[in-house]
Amino acid sequence: MNASTLNPWILTITTFLPALGALLMVFLPRRDRIIRWFALAISIVTLLVSLHLPAHYRQVAPANSGSFAYELNLHWITSPNIHYHVGIDGISLWLVILTTFLVPFCVLASWKSIHDRVKEFFILLLVLETAMIGVFIALDLFLFYFFWEATLIPMALIIGIYGHERRVYAAVKFFLYTMIASVLMLAAIIWLYAQSGTFDFTELQHLLASGAIALSGHTALWLFLGFFVAFAVKVPLFPLHTWLPDAHVEAPTAGSVLLAGVMLKMGTYGLLRFSIGLFPAEAHKNAPWIIALAIIGIIYGALVALVQPNMKKLVAYSSVSHLGFVVLGTFSFTRAGMDGGVYQMLNHGISTGALFLLLGMIYDRRHNYEIKEYGGLATPMPVFATLFLLITLSSIGLPMMNGFVGEFLILSGAFQARAIYGILAASGVIWGAFYMLWLYQRTFYGTIVNPLNTTLPDVDTRERTILWPLAVLALVMGVFPQFWMNSIDASVAGILETPKVASSAPTLQVKVGTVLK
Amino acid sequence: MKLFFWQPWLIPLLPLVGALINGLFGKRFSKSVVASIALFFTGASLLFASVHAYTLLHSGADALETSYGTWIRAGSFAADFGIYLDHLSLVMMLVVTGVGFVIHVYSVAYMEHEGGYYRFFSFLNFFMFFMLTLVLANNYLLLFVGWEGVGLASYLLIGFFFQKDSAANAGKKAFITNRIGDFGFLIALFLLIQHFGTLRFATVFNIASSLPAETTAGLLTAIGLLMLVGACGKSAQIPLYVWLPDAMEGPTPVSALIHAATMVTAGVYMVCRSNAIFSRAPLALLAVAIIGALTSFFAASIGIVQTDIKRVLAYSTVSQLGYMFMAAGVAAYSASIFHLMTHAFFKALLFLGAGSVIHGIGGEQDMRSMGGLRKYMPWTFWTMLIATLAISGIPPFAGFFSKDEILWQAFSSPHGSKIFWAIGIITAFMTSFYMFRLIFLTFTGEYRGAQQDAHSAHADHGHVPHESPWLVLAPLVLLAVLSIIGGWVGGNRFEHFLAPVIQKVQTESPRLQVAESAAIPTSEHGEKTGESKALETSLMSISVLVAFSGLGLAWFFYVKRPELPGKIAAASGGLYKLVLNKYWIDEVYSAVIIGPLVALSRAFLWQIVDQKVVDGSINETATAVRGVSHVVRQQQSGLIRSYAGWIAAGAAVIVAYMVWMGTR
Repeated sequence: MNASTLNPWILTITTFLPALGALLMVFLPRRDRIIRWFALAISIVTLLVSLHLPAHYRQVAPANSGSFAYELNLHWITSPNIHYHVGIDGISLWLVILTTFLVPFCVLASWKSIHDRVKEFFILLLVLETAMIGVFIALDLFLFYFFWEATLIPMALIIGIYGHERRVYAAVKFFLYTMIASVLMLAAIIWLYAQSGTFDFTELQHLLASGAIALSGHTALWLFLGFFVAFAVKVPLFPLHTWLPDAHVEAPTAGSVLLAGVMLKMGTYGLLRFSIGLFPAEAHKNAPWIIALAIIGIIYGALVALVQPNMKKLVAYSSVSHLGFVVLGTFSFTRAGMDGGVYQMLNHGISTGALFLLLGMIYDRRHNYEIKEYGGLATPMPVFATLFLLITLSSIGLPMMNGFVGEFLILSGAFQARAIYGILAASGVIWGAFYMLWLYQRTFYGTIVNPLNTTLPDVDTRERTILWPLAVLALVMGVFPQFWMNSIDASVAGILETPKVASSAPTLQVKVGTVLK
Repeated sequence: MKLFFWQPWLIPLLPLVGALINGLFGKRFSKSVVASIALFFTGASLLFASVHAYTLLHSGADALETSYGTWIRAGSFAADFGIYLDHLSLVMMLVVTGVGFVIHVYSVAYMEHEGGYYRFFSFLNFFMFFMLTLVLANNYLLLFVGWEGVGLASYLLIGFFFQKDSAANAGKKAFITNRIGDFGFLIALFLLIQHFGTLRFATVFNIASSLPAETTAGLLTAIGLLMLVGACGKSAQIPLYVWLPDAMEGPTPVSALIHAATMVTAGVYMVCRSNAIFSRAPLALLAVAIIGALTSFFAASIGIVQTDIKRVLAYSTVSQLGYMFMAAGVAAYSASIFHLMTHAFFKALLFLGAGSVIHGIGGEQDMRSMGGLRKYMPWTFWTMLIATLAISGIPPFAGFFSKDEILWQAFSSPHGSKIFWAIGIITAFMTSFYMFRLIFLTFTGEYRGAQQDAHSAHADHGHVPHESPWLVLAPLVLLAVLSIIGGWVGGNRFEHFLAPVIQKVQTESPRLQVAESAAIPTSEHGEKTGESKALETSLMSISVLVAFSGLGLAWFFYVKRPELPGKIAAASGGLYKLVLNKYWIDEVYSAVIIGPLVALSRAFLWQIVDQKVVDGSINETATAVRGVSHVVRQQQSGLIRSYAGWIAAGAAVIVAYMVWMGTR
């Protein structure tokens, strides 16, 4: 069979394969061993299938901006007019791969640490995977909203059932916080539907740009804010971030990895695709205060991370700082800044995902996240310490590691937008090194104070299998970024054209015509 | 057609291969295998560097640039993996591979009794990779890769004895202080990208020199000053020098290679590399000179009272780096690089010699417990004496030529000033004094360490001072030879050699020269006229005189009347304490910056803003909502399932409303 015949269906297969696996798992016997291997097999098969996307992307890459690859558009519900419309561009391509890439590691990380209700756990994990992929491929706003909310329930359950002491508080906080914000987006989506009779992203984009949907200044602002708040909570943008530390500290390792690795990117992806894609003028107009919040988040997140006594909270606050970089780059509206922002989404998924996996391994050994419990771990666990250092370097953006490419482009773009943005945000390179190296020193250097730590075993084969690929990938992404950046750059260029489209009506009508055909 | 493998990319990459082999598999190798791997790849790199140096010199070209493809491209911005080999990077490359190789040899025996042998050599090779990337890069971004990479290697090697808190602290301090500098450097890069569209050296310098000075002076000054911030971090200049003395926690070969001969000179290299920018930004140039002059003086004054042998050398390094900055700051770039080179020889030798002394007496670093070591370790003594003569600027040793060139340029350059020259002379006096103080305290008189040993439990181990093995001594001898002859090429010929890198730009900005060259008559190509020759000779006599006075004073204090220093210290009271405690700069930094920052973050940002204000207000809202919706409390079961139901219901209501609104 020719591989290209797969193209229209490949996204659907990738998306629903985990859910199908979850469904099959319902019928599997309650034998933890079987369940684990089955979940691992499904997640790996999903990853392999998803690799079709980048492998053939060049052949199907959209020639003009505003269209998508591997597109499939089917009627789902006639009234209201909801389509099953999916497709990806050079940005969502890599977010899908990030998701399918991280899940097998989450399965491996849960191998031993999850021992009660194992079956339910992996079912939730796989359902979550489907929902997360769905978010990145949906091009129908209703479908998007469906997947968006669908991620909430399995994640809240993973935190609430499999988490640590205050898990219920954290789960409810996470759920309500993000859900209430999402309702605002739902209202905006429905408003758009009421005006246009369509949920289709590309159609709406052109209708809005051409002025076919007339927006008064206030309406445009409210619509923009409706989407924006939903995404900003998810990112999370300062000051909407306080659900994150609680959720992370209480979540089991796999939950933290997917939360930080993928779910936060749903927010930044949403900003890029929908906030900017649908309301470019409003996005431009509101960029200054959004950037201000992003910069506050960068510095504030780092300084608060600095003083955390709990490792997981430290990494959680560092995410506030890192995601501030992504928002800064995105709203700089420069090629470098937006490229860097997208790349930093991937980098953060790898490096912070890996950090949570590493912390999980410490937790598996000592059942404690307090930094003061540790010190001198490099002596009993040298390999672990080395891998932790590699990931730390990736996280603080050392050149030749992935984080540098993203941060550098973001800062350079922000500087072009306004020098002061770049200058303020660049101070993040100092804070980042400060809190991470301090954490590293307090955990790994010095002599062992707590006798419980003297006999801690170093990484075993399973843990090596988890950590090495991530560490190597962080390095490869720092040395050969163009492998990812070429498609990202092309799609970012397309997004940057959109505002121009808004100001030049004639060319637009032609585009609308071709799309509606 | 040249073979791919004969291209210069192998020079930095060979040590990386060594680092990876030892890093990944070294644990299973014996020490001799680890050492052989490290030496092989460093030696091969030295060999390749020599071959390419030869090729360049015989090609007749000023520079060879090779690009190996794109590293990062975003929109119109692109940065390559590319190598730029000209006379400047040639000097740097040979110094790095040459001194680097010698120090690798030294480490084979020196580190033999330390744990983590493979780790040490892996890191050391790793450092070589990044340092060579730094000096061979063809653009600022790749230079920055090396720049940060050597910082990482330095972090790892300072913290090599990571179980010691002081070592771990010193490593972190070095990295973070350097990051402060990098912050400035990064912003300089952003300015370059914004205004020049590229970070490639050749293009940047072309644009910088083709634009009219009036339009670019402000921009180039800003770029120059920001680059200076970066250089101050890496090259330990005021106000960011504080990390270097602490960096002495690292093993001594590391201090020699990274914290004396090579890495810390990266800032000097960067300023000289960017001479096209600095020469057009007189204000930035002046700032370089002032910072250099102040640092050289300030660090030398601290060096006078230090008692730890490595710390004396550390402050001496800071001071000598200040010299190089001062030279660069008066636009005497070649003098700066000349001193960089001779300094690499004699300072590496001094550190390696200090290491030999420390090992020879069982790990003691305090000079008050040394003395009389000359008869126990003659080779170490004589080689260190040569290095001391060199650093003190006594002819015909290497340091004399480069230091004299700097002093002359500080006096006579159109960007120079008599004040810079005077500071340089005073510093030269102090340098000679504290270096001979080191020599006399360490090698002459009676051994003061044995007495303590007799009382200690380890007396039978007998830390009777002993000379180091030949594998340690051979590098000392080699470096001693270089410390003698390394300057004989002479400042003028060295300047001529570097002319393609520097002169090109200078002649294109005649405005400055015309305006200020009236004071000292020099012809266009730097050949001195008779009058200035006489002046130069008399200045030279002063600097030699000063060097000998320092020697003499040290002899008087530490050989003739050894009771005097203590009396003077007691008499000067407060001042002595101030200098002994390094002007309390570390304490000031931690009390004024670091302490408040951490306290503010903890007590205010986290515990008040985050927990009370931001999170608190949200929880308050939730509570308030709960109070209002008391009636529907039954429905709020707290179960997520029922919340999900409520979303659906709420959504349905909103849909209905919207549809109604839409159809109205």
